[in-house]
Amino acid sequence: MRRKRGAVASRLAAISFAGVLALTGCAKDSGGDNGAEGGGGGQPCQLAEKPPAAQGGAAEEKEDNEKVDASKLKVGLAYDVGGRGDASFNDAAAAGVDKAETDMGAPNAKETTATATESEDAKRSRLRQMAADGHNPVIAVGFAYAESVKQVAPQFPETKFAIIDEQVEAPNVTSLVFAEEQGSFLAGVAAAYKSKTCHVGFIGGVDTPLIQKFEAGFVQGAKAAAPDIKIESDYLTPAGDISGFNDPSKANVKAKGQLDKGADVLYHASGASGKGVFEAAKAGGAQAIGVDSDQYNDKTLKGVRNVIMTSMIKRVDVAVYDFIRAVAKNDVSTLPERFDLSEDGVGYSTSGGKVDDITDVLDGYKQQIVDGKIKVSDKP
Amino acid sequence: MRARLLPPALAIVFATLLCSVALLISGANPLDAMSTMGAQMFRGTTAVDTINSATVYYLAGLAVAVGFQMNLFNIGVEGQYRFAAVVAAIVGGAIELPPVLHALVIILVAAFAGAAYATIPAILKVARGVHEVISTIMLNAIAGGIVAFLINPEQFGVLSGNSVSTEPISESGWIPGVPFGNAGTVFGFVVIAALLGFGYWVLLNRTRFGFDLKACGESPTAAIAGGIDAKKMAFVALVVSGAVAGLVALPEILGRDHVYGINSTTGYGFTGIAVALLGRNHPAGIAFGAVLWAWLDKSAVSLDNIGIPQEITTIMQGTIVLSVVVAYEVVRRAEMAAEQRRVGRALADEPAGVREGGAV
Repeated sequence: MRRKRGAVASRLAAISFAGVLALTGCAKDSGGDNGAEGGGGGQPCQLAEKPPAAQGGAAEEKEDNEKVDASKLKVGLAYDVGGRGDASFNDAAAAGVDKAETDMGAPNAKETTATATESEDAKRSRLRQMAADGHNPVIAVGFAYAESVKQVAPQFPETKFAIIDEQVEAPNVTSLVFAEEQGSFLAGVAAAYKSKTCHVGFIGGVDTPLIQKFEAGFVQGAKAAAPDIKIESDYLTPAGDISGFNDPSKANVKAKGQLDKGADVLYHASGASGKGVFEAAKAGGAQAIGVDSDQYNDKTLKGVRNVIMTSMIKRVDVAVYDFIRAVAKNDVSTLPERFDLSEDGVGYSTSGGKVDDITDVLDGYKQQIVDGKIKVSDKP
Repeated sequence: MRARLLPPALAIVFATLLCSVALLISGANPLDAMSTMGAQMFRGTTAVDTINSATVYYLAGLAVAVGFQMNLFNIGVEGQYRFAAVVAAIVGGAIELPPVLHALVIILVAAFAGAAYATIPAILKVARGVHEVISTIMLNAIAGGIVAFLINPEQFGVLSGNSVSTEPISESGWIPGVPFGNAGTVFGFVVIAALLGFGYWVLLNRTRFGFDLKACGESPTAAIAGGIDAKKMAFVALVVSGAVAGLVALPEILGRDHVYGINSTTGYGFTGIAVALLGRNHPAGIAFGAVLWAWLDKSAVSLDNIGIPQEITTIMQGTIVLSVVVAYEVVRRAEMAAEQRRVGRALADEPAGVREGGAV
């Protein structure tokens, strides 16, 4: 009985508290001094103290201009679902190969693409056929290839394999992995600084550990910049259903939902679904943050580029390019173990000039992460 | 016999022609494409992969066909097999038993889980009259969520790199395959699938249950008049269909992956529908459909490799199913017309006799 009364009391308290919140919300609204689009009640964030400005030359360019000839390399590229033209992850890999073709004279790469419902052996066949046709190196784009690379690589000991986004231990396999959470941290900071309602949103493609890294970094970054910030978080499909990376209409609906709740800066990590997020942001007068590639400059996103304030760049292109270059030089040991902020393996884009006013803040946080003063967790 | 084999043959020819046109329009050489796909047929790895995938498709096709026999459209094979796969993989990973027994337990658990998941639409149909198409489609979506929930590391999953899956099943639970050297290993589950196909044939043609099932499918009113409990039959058919569906992912789990995870393939349930249609619900027909479908899938990978869009095989699969349905109807009508002509001719001689007899 006592317990019951307690429960009632606490519920009453909760209700009255909610009422107070609602009232203050109204009061804030009637203040009307925020130009928030999208109808979310709220004000810009109370920002945390800015980090000290970065000392110049955060990451010293260790550019070696040695001319490398890759004209003998028959590069084979196995894309994940979506393939070239997804305006995101796969396209970043494509950009790296394209650059290798123009810079190092690598012949046109063989490009193949996974389908959404194929089974594991299709992935193995794809890699095996490319290796058997004499392609070397063979680059597997995406962690879905982990098991197939593990199986196929030992069958072709002379062929160099690379896998993006997963750690595979084998003598002829190079793992190209990234610190997505660090780049996403900066995206979170940018979102907090640019939100007019102190309310931001994250949209993930598929609820997998990899995409959770993006969410984790984003949330930590936003909270670091503005401890009171409200963050929405949605995934398009549960783990196991990879259609979430290729479903713009679903992304559009989720994004609209977040905007209706009052968020006004949306960060997506959903591959080709991102288009739907940008369209929702455009329709709702909000802003969005792209992912993987510099999405502002993507041709297929021309119509919505004005809402893309920045993109969390995951330099898959650099990793692919560096890998091809390293293979051409016959030494893959020079590649970093993890492409993180200190390697400029992740970062943010400034195309469009929408974050030019806060680059000092972003670079400050970046420096703190590089120096190890801020540890970004990869788990939400 | 002709009425049975002609339609699929016609359909395949028609689909090939249509795809050739599509290839020509897209600027590729259809002969190149066909010869590449044809050459794949006898290449070791593709042949093995084809048989392995066909095993999976065959089970899915059987599951759908059981429902089709009495006009039940079990679209839920997709959800039933995924639910069963994750449950069986979790149980299989958690227990330790001697070989054979371990695998047997996993198979039984999978069949039970599939049947249990199919019980929901079965009850809804029998008790509330909810159409199985609606309920199973919804349950498919729910199964996706259940799988994701169960393989989450906070429940039963394990995280390795960026991938999540169930606890690996120890070797005693595996079903050994037939190794073909570099070409790969044929799943040992092929044998079980074949036995199941035989069992399905016996069930339909040699048992009272099979007769009742077909009777309900062909004419529910006649079946009810004949004393068959149609509701009970609908219930049992759905549950049996679910039990078979439960086995769909097992060839891969017990023969290759030993886990069920986020990279496990989805969509087999829908392939099963096409395969069952293609095989006209006949155990041998389904086997043919499964092999054809699997071969198209596997050779598609090689098409991508020579720069021809692999989606062409999807077009081919679609047109095959469509034209099989059309072709059966065309052949059926042609046979019926021929039959009528025959009867007409026979009757044309008869009337004289009748007239002679004077009485009608």
